[in-house]
Amino acid sequence: MFSGFDFDVISRSLPYLGQGMLFSLGLTFLSMIGGIVLGTLLALMRLSSFRVLNVPAGGYVNLLRSTPLILVIFWFYFLVPLAMKKITGDAYAQGIGPFYSALIAFTMFEAAYYCEIIRAGVQSVPRGQAHAAYALGLTYGQAMGKVILPQAFRNMIPILLTQGIILFQDTSLVYVVGLTDFMGAASKVAQRDGRLVELYLFAALIYFLFCFSASYFVKRLQAPYNAGR
Amino acid sequence: MDFSVFFQPAFSGGGIYLDWVVSGIKWTLLVSILAWIIAFTVGSILGVLRTTPLAILRAPATVYVEVFRNVPLLVQMFIWYFVLPEIVPQGMGDWMKTRMSMPEFWNGVLCLGFYTASRVAEQVRSGIQSIPQGQTYAGLAMGLTRPQVYRYVLLPMGYRIIIPPLTSEFLTIFKNSSVALTIGVLELTAQARQISEYTFRTFEAFTVATVVYVLITLTVTVAMRVLEKNVRVPGYIGSAGR
Repeated sequence: MFSGFDFDVISRSLPYLGQGMLFSLGLTFLSMIGGIVLGTLLALMRLSSFRVLNVPAGGYVNLLRSTPLILVIFWFYFLVPLAMKKITGDAYAQGIGPFYSALIAFTMFEAAYYCEIIRAGVQSVPRGQAHAAYALGLTYGQAMGKVILPQAFRNMIPILLTQGIILFQDTSLVYVVGLTDFMGAASKVAQRDGRLVELYLFAALIYFLFCFSASYFVKRLQAPYNAGR
Repeated sequence: MDFSVFFQPAFSGGGIYLDWVVSGIKWTLLVSILAWIIAFTVGSILGVLRTTPLAILRAPATVYVEVFRNVPLLVQMFIWYFVLPEIVPQGMGDWMKTRMSMPEFWNGVLCLGFYTASRVAEQVRSGIQSIPQGQTYAGLAMGLTRPQVYRYVLLPMGYRIIIPPLTSEFLTIFKNSSVALTIGVLELTAQARQISEYTFRTFEAFTVATVVYVLITLTVTVAMRVLEKNVRVPGYIGSAGR
C-alpha cells in the first residue's frame, strides 16, 4: 500500500509548507482576536434593550450563521475591493491584498459565532452582580468592563479556545481563493510534483496533531471547572 | 442591481441562468440529505459504542471521533477524492478512477457523512450520558438485557433530549456541503460563483445563493421546532451538551 510512498517530497518542501503553516496560524490568531472583539460588541448589542441595537445585531448574527463559510469568503473577496474603491475614491485602487481580504472575511464570520458564545457567557453571570455594580454607582461601561465581562470571560475561556481550534481548521478553506495557507501549500506541491497521496496524508496528519493536542490542552484547562460541578 | 440576469439564456446547457441556480439547489439538498442519513446512522452507532461499559467497543469509537473531528473537512474531501483510489486495492482503485459514475458526488456524500458522523456521535453520547444512571440500573434490574436497555430506555429518551443540538448539526451539514465544490460538485455556492464568472453579476448571484441558504435554515428550524414540541420529554428543558 505504501510501497511507492515518497517521503523525500515532504522533506524537500518542508520550508514551503512551514511558511504555509505560519500563514494559517497567523490568520487564525488575528481573526480570533478580531472575532472576539467584534463578537463582544455584537453580544452587548444583542443584550441591549434598545431595538436599534439588538435588532441589527441579531439579524447580522443569524444571517452569517446560516451562510456557508465558503460563500462568505467569496462575498468578501468581491466586496472588500469595491469598498476600498468607495473609501479611497480611486477607481483603480488595488485593494488591500488577499491576506487582509481573508482576514476581514474570517473576522466578520467568526464574530457571529463568538457573539453567541459571549452572549451566553454574559448571561451566565448572576444578575445580582450587575445590580450590585449599579448600586455602587458604576456606569454601564464600568459595570461591564470591570465586573461582568471579566467574570464572563473567565468562564468562557475553554469554549473560546475550542472555537479557535474550529477556526484553525476552517482557515484551510482559503484554498478556494488560491491563497497559500498550509493546505494551499500542500496542494500546490502535490499538484506540481504529482504527489497527491503523500502531501494530503501529511497535511491530515499535521492538522490532526495540532488540533488534537490543542483540544487536549483545552480539556486539561477545563478539568478544574468540571470537578467543581 | 439587476436580477433579470437570471432570465437570460445561459452560457451553456440551453436553459436560462435560473436553471443553474435550481440545479445548484438540487445538488446541495441531495448531498446534504444523503450525507445526513450516513451521519445519523453511523453517528448513532458510534455514540452508543462510546457509552458502553466494554473498553474494546469504546476505544475504536473514540479513535474514530478524535480523528474525524481533528482533521479539516477540506483535507478529508481531498483524501476521499484524490488519495483513496490510490491506496485501496488496485482493482477497486481502477474502478473508482474510471468506471465509477459521478465520483465527485459520491465521494462528497461519503466524506461529508462520515465527517458529520463524528459530531453526531458526540451529541448522541452526551444525550445518553445525561440520563440518570438509575434508569439503566432499573432497566437491568427488571431483567432487560443491555441492548434492550438501550432500545427501550436510553435511546428513546436520549434522542428526544438532543433534538436541539442535532438540529444545529443538520443545519451545519447544508453549509458544509459547499465544501464539496472543491472536488467539483456543482452545488449552490459553485453555481453562484459560476454565474458571477459568466455574467459579472456577482452581487446578484451571491445574493440569491445567500437567500436560498437562509430559507433552508428557516425551513429546517421551523420544522424541527414543531418536531421538538411534539416529542418533548416532560420535566426536561431540552438541550444537552453543546
